[in-house]
This record gives sequence, structure tokens and C-alpha cells, in this order.
Amino acid sequence: MYKSWWKILGSVLVVYSTIAGFLFTVPPLPILHQSIRNLYFHVPMWFSMITLFSISVYHSVKYLRTNNEEDDLKSVQSINAGIVFGILGLVTGSVWARFTWGQAWSFDVKQNFAAIAMLLYFAYLVLRNAIDEEQKRAKISAIYNIFAFPMMVVLLFVLPRLSDSLHPGNGGNPGFNAYDLDSHMRMVFYPACAGWIMIGGWIYSILFRVASLEKKKLV
Amino acid sequence: MKKILTTLLLLLVSVQIFAQGEGSAVADTLAGSDKIYVVVTCVTLILLGLLIFLFSVERRIKKLEKKS
Repeated sequence: MYKSWWKILGSVLVVYSTIAGFLFTVPPLPILHQSIRNLYFHVPMWFSMITLFSISVYHSVKYLRTNNEEDDLKSVQSINAGIVFGILGLVTGSVWARFTWGQAWSFDVKQNFAAIAMLLYFAYLVLRNAIDEEQKRAKISAIYNIFAFPMMVVLLFVLPRLSDSLHPGNGGNPGFNAYDLDSHMRMVFYPACAGWIMIGGWIYSILFRVASLEKKKLV
Repeated sequence: MKKILTTLLLLLVSVQIFAQGEGSAVADTLAGSDKIYVVVTCVTLILLGLLIFLFSVERRIKKLEKKS
């Protein structure tokens, strides 16, 4: 966590994917046209969010086993960082939808469920702030977090597949892998995902270190 | 002769449609003038600035961690 090679690697990947995302060729697609380049920026936000929420669940489970305050702090801060990425994903998604689906919010199943998944995590933060006693707060929020994570996965990846959605890969809609994502795009898309996940992890580590410094000062 | 001429004319009309199908107008303009590089440079600069800012924040945290 304190080493810097993966932060540099993440930065390089993100910068590369941004430049290549603008300049590399993309396949000609109906409706989407050049906006398919958004794939390199919008989708990695969600992948980073999910990675950060997984880190959070890992630390919540660890907290319940060890009762170590540090694990509780890690789980909150990774959720804080994840929520930033989730909001960025929602906003970029609405902008993209505005110009391809016609409306910023077309009540697409995946859009709705993504918003609900965000609300789940807002509720986590509200729940935390509502409990004053530290140990109780840590324990209850850890349990809530462990339940919220599978709900989020179901909302984002299971339920949208059961009904028609404008998002690719849902409701009989072929996913990007089937036709659209050619090998040129993969060369940008995968580094973009890896890079943004690393940047997300980095932001989380900074948040955690600041929070633990604040805690040390309070004691 | 007239028939052939009209056929050719109509074929020319259809050529336009092919031209539209091949690359979108946006793609042509995106590559046509090299001004897209200006945007890429700006976005890259912003990104680099933010990343350098992240590194500097981390350096400040490291100092604080050493103190405490």
C-alpha cells in the first residue's frame, strides 16, 4: 500500500488510455459513432467502484474476526472512494445516454438499479453516522456492508439481465464482447480498466491514511 | 441514352449514401482537422496535473506519518 510502483503504473496506464482513447481508431458503429470512446472512461469508473467495494467487504469481514479498529477505518474509506467513482459513473452514463439514447435518464433497468445500488451505500454512511458508540458502529456497519455487497452485485449484474435494457449485455442485447469490442479497442479498454482501478486504490489508500492520522490526533 | 444517363445519375446519388455509411461525419471531422490533438493535449495536461497533485498530497501525508 505504501509502495509507489503501482501508483506510477496506474498513472501511466490512465494517461495512455486517455490519449489512445481519443486517437486510436474505433469501429464504425450505428448510433454510438465516436461516442463509443466513452467506453474507456465510463466503464472503468464502475469497475473501480466494484473493486473498492470488494476491498471494503474484505475489511468488514476482517473487522468482525479481529475487532481491529484499523479494519473498520479501511472499510469506510474504501466505500468513500468507491462512492466517488460510482457517482462519476452515473453522471458520465447520463451524459452518454443523453446523446445516444435521447434522454439523460431513460429509466433503463441498469440505470435505475445502479442508482439504487448507490443509495444502498449512502444508507451505509447514514447508518454509520447515526451510531455514536464506536464499537457498535463498526460492528453494525460491517454487517450491513457484508449484506449490501451481494445486493449491489445482484442489482448491477443479475437483475438487468432478466429484463430488456438499453445497456449492452442485458436482456438479449449482445454485450460489447460479441461484436463491438474489436482488438483495437481491447488494447485501450483493458489498460484503462486496470489503470483506473489502481488510481481508485490509490485514492482509497490516501483517504485511509488521512483518516488514521486524524484519529491518532484525536486520541 | 437518356435511360443510361438517369441510371448513372441515380447511381451517383446512391454513392453519397455509401459515403455516409463508411465513416460518420464526426469521424471525418475528428481526423480531418488536426485540432483534436489540442483537446488531447489539454485533457492529458489536466490528468497529469491531477496525478502530480495526488503524488504531492501523498508526500505531505508521508511527512505527517513520520512526525506522529
